[in-house]
Amino acid sequence: MADTQSADAFVEFERVQKSYDGETLVVKDLNLSLPKGEFLTMLGPSGSGKTTCLMMLAGFETATHGEIKLDGRPINNIPPHKRGIGMVFQNYALFPHMTVAENLAFPLEVRRMGKSDREAKVKRALDMVQMGEFGGRRPAQLSGGQQQRIALARALVFEPELVLMDEPLGALDKQLREHMQFEITRIAHDLGITTVYVTHDQTEALTMSDRVAVFNDGRIQQLAPPDQLYESPQNSFVAQFIGENNTLDGVVQEIRGDHCTVKLEDGSIIDAKPVNVSQPGEKTLVSIRPERVEMNRDRLNPDAHTLKAEVLEFIYMGDIFRTRLRVAGREDFVIKTRNAPDQRRLKPGEQIEIGWMPEDCRALDA
Amino acid sequence: MAETNAGPMLAADGTPLKKSLARALRRQKLRALMLIAPLLIFVLVTFVIPIGDMLLRSVKNDIVADTLPATVEVLGDWDHDAQELPGDDVWTAFYVDMWFAAERKEHTRLGTRLNYELTGVSSLFRKTGRRVDRFDTDIYADQFVALNPEWEAPQTFAAMLDGPAADELPLTADAWARWKEFNVEEGDAVLEEDVPDFVYTALHYELSQGAEVTGASERLRAAAAAVGEFETVSLRDQFADADEDWLDPEVWKTIQLYSPRVTPGYFANAADMQVTPEGLESRPENQQIYGVLFKRTLFMSLVITGSCILLGYPVAWLLANLPMRVANLLMILVLLPFWTSLLVRTSAWKVMLQQQGVVNDVLVWLGLVADDARLTMINNQFGTIVAMTHILLPFMILPMYSVMQTIPPSYLRAAKSLGATNWTAFWRVYFPQSVPGIGAGSILVFILAIGYYITPEIVGGNTGTFISNRIAYHISSSLNWGLAAALGTILLVVVLVLYWAYDRIVGIDNVKLG
Repeated sequence: MADTQSADAFVEFERVQKSYDGETLVVKDLNLSLPKGEFLTMLGPSGSGKTTCLMMLAGFETATHGEIKLDGRPINNIPPHKRGIGMVFQNYALFPHMTVAENLAFPLEVRRMGKSDREAKVKRALDMVQMGEFGGRRPAQLSGGQQQRIALARALVFEPELVLMDEPLGALDKQLREHMQFEITRIAHDLGITTVYVTHDQTEALTMSDRVAVFNDGRIQQLAPPDQLYESPQNSFVAQFIGENNTLDGVVQEIRGDHCTVKLEDGSIIDAKPVNVSQPGEKTLVSIRPERVEMNRDRLNPDAHTLKAEVLEFIYMGDIFRTRLRVAGREDFVIKTRNAPDQRRLKPGEQIEIGWMPEDCRALDA
Repeated sequence: MAETNAGPMLAADGTPLKKSLARALRRQKLRALMLIAPLLIFVLVTFVIPIGDMLLRSVKNDIVADTLPATVEVLGDWDHDAQELPGDDVWTAFYVDMWFAAERKEHTRLGTRLNYELTGVSSLFRKTGRRVDRFDTDIYADQFVALNPEWEAPQTFAAMLDGPAADELPLTADAWARWKEFNVEEGDAVLEEDVPDFVYTALHYELSQGAEVTGASERLRAAAAAVGEFETVSLRDQFADADEDWLDPEVWKTIQLYSPRVTPGYFANAADMQVTPEGLESRPENQQIYGVLFKRTLFMSLVITGSCILLGYPVAWLLANLPMRVANLLMILVLLPFWTSLLVRTSAWKVMLQQQGVVNDVLVWLGLVADDARLTMINNQFGTIVAMTHILLPFMILPMYSVMQTIPPSYLRAAKSLGATNWTAFWRVYFPQSVPGIGAGSILVFILAIGYYITPEIVGGNTGTFISNRIAYHISSSLNWGLAAALGTILLVVVLVLYWAYDRIVGIDNVKLG
């Protein structure tokens, strides 16, 4: 986990709390800092407080408690229009009564920039998103992807150092979304701007970000680069929220260093890595990724524990096979295997034996 | 497709696709038509047709030609410039016409109609109507009968005027024909009734004018030869005796001017002008009322629309931006006036604004206004504007609200995040998008205001009444429906012209009601 309070922090949240009704906290004790140039994604289910955080940063909501700093200055009392933060909205919020060029010129106009400078900047911004031809069109005449580009260009045209994006790709179809993910990261890195990106789509978060902050219940559950987040979730929420995941309930039997054994409900014993369990007898939720489950006994440690499993369903997905198993009384245990020439296609009803490397199986909070 | 240039597209069965589609849609169209048919018929019968008929009354002028058919025919040749009274031909024809009009009680209606154009004509016709069957024209009958007793028999006239002599004696024949018709109406047999005096009068006039009777019966030829010796009675003097206004050429000028069945007179009147033989002329300054009223109606409607915009915009904004529960409560408050009778609300304003009313009392109590100098706020323009702004306000707020509701709050946020102050964000981003709502509200309020009647009638006094009050007066009090129709037509045209102009300037597509 990277430090939350670094000296060169560009954006900082210090013990920020937010309540709308005075009864419940939407954001609980948020501490977050990100350095200049970082692409940070706030990921979480709806109602987890991520958008509220973004709105507080933009200035549309005020923090109930705590301080938000931008480049070292507290900005709690600075109105949104003086913060100089670019923002891309979920529905783009392009002004329908202005042309594309007028939309882009708007932030420059309110900054009283001269006409020729304005035009040059608008042109440069349009070229940046490859929309140079569309200056004279109205937003309604553009496709969703084009509107998205214009919204991005408008948020960047006045050269802010920080850009906020609130689920900007939510309305696009899959292919366009993937393309735009790439575009946005490219532009953000080329310009070296700091980006705070809000989404509930984990693929988006993993592919685009330098770091991801997973939100749930008003708190950051884990703040880490994508690979760490996926491979080493800190708690069961993160493990279940990010990627596909098999979970098994059990009780810790024995802990030895970074290895422990867990006794499942049906009495079988498995190997795991203790993450947030500390003593035997504790209840735990073990989590294992479908692609880390091994069916070949030869590839496991000789002393590794294995489980008996019955194949319930085999799904052919092209590049991979997805097999649903009955394991330790549960019927939602899924394994994924690569479509390799030597990979056997399992049949429903087949009895197999599965196991895993202890470090791939994480014993988390129950 | 590759064969787009091979003529029209064909459906599977070979018929042109367009035709096939039209057939498929016909059933749907027919069904749609059936669904709206009840309303369509209702509107046609109770609204469009009566209004069309009403509008036609603004130019219709059948009454003169219907009541005085013979007079209208001969009066056409009269030279109104000569300042001379019409000749005996007119008097004789008029005598015949008046006799029938008086018998059928139509002369008063005609008098009322012509009174719109020349004051005093109404009583002139009424008086004359009472006298016309007591004119001293019985001497003609006596003299004809003295000449030949056969003249007393209706059969004589029937035989003569149903025969070829009718062509030579058009007026007499016409009088006789109408007399027959009149008897049929009354249920009498014409051959059992005495021949009326006006038939003898007409016959005497036409014979003395040298009607060509050489081929006629001996009896008629004898009469033609003898009429020169008859004792005569001047019809002109008889009429003058009934009312000496008949000697005023203006009366005859008016009758002549309004003889045609279609007249521009009502419209001229509505535009503060009058029809003269020389064309249209402005009325004297002190008789011009409608121009002032039209201008006042337009001006006040604009002021009312303007105040509705100013008062309604913030409310609509609140409605669109408050949380649902508060907004609903506010919406009920906005709609509350709709649930109260119009009359009650207007009367309430009377109580509020009158000199001994609530507002004045408060101002006096606060010491802002002296007790002996209480403000006049009712029965004038101010009162009308206040009351009507209040009454029409919901019509402004509702369309504005429904448009504002569709403007997402993210636009304002986006503008602010781009560096715009609250005011700039509102003025450059929010306001332009709410214009269609203002447009819809304005057009609604303005058109409602321009034709408003009850409120100006109650609180308008002399200076705050609208053209509609004048129209209502002519419909229900003066019964000059033609003028009312002309005023109504002008009002309708003004509204349509304004609507057209609005469409050209703002564009009617930009008007959203929701």
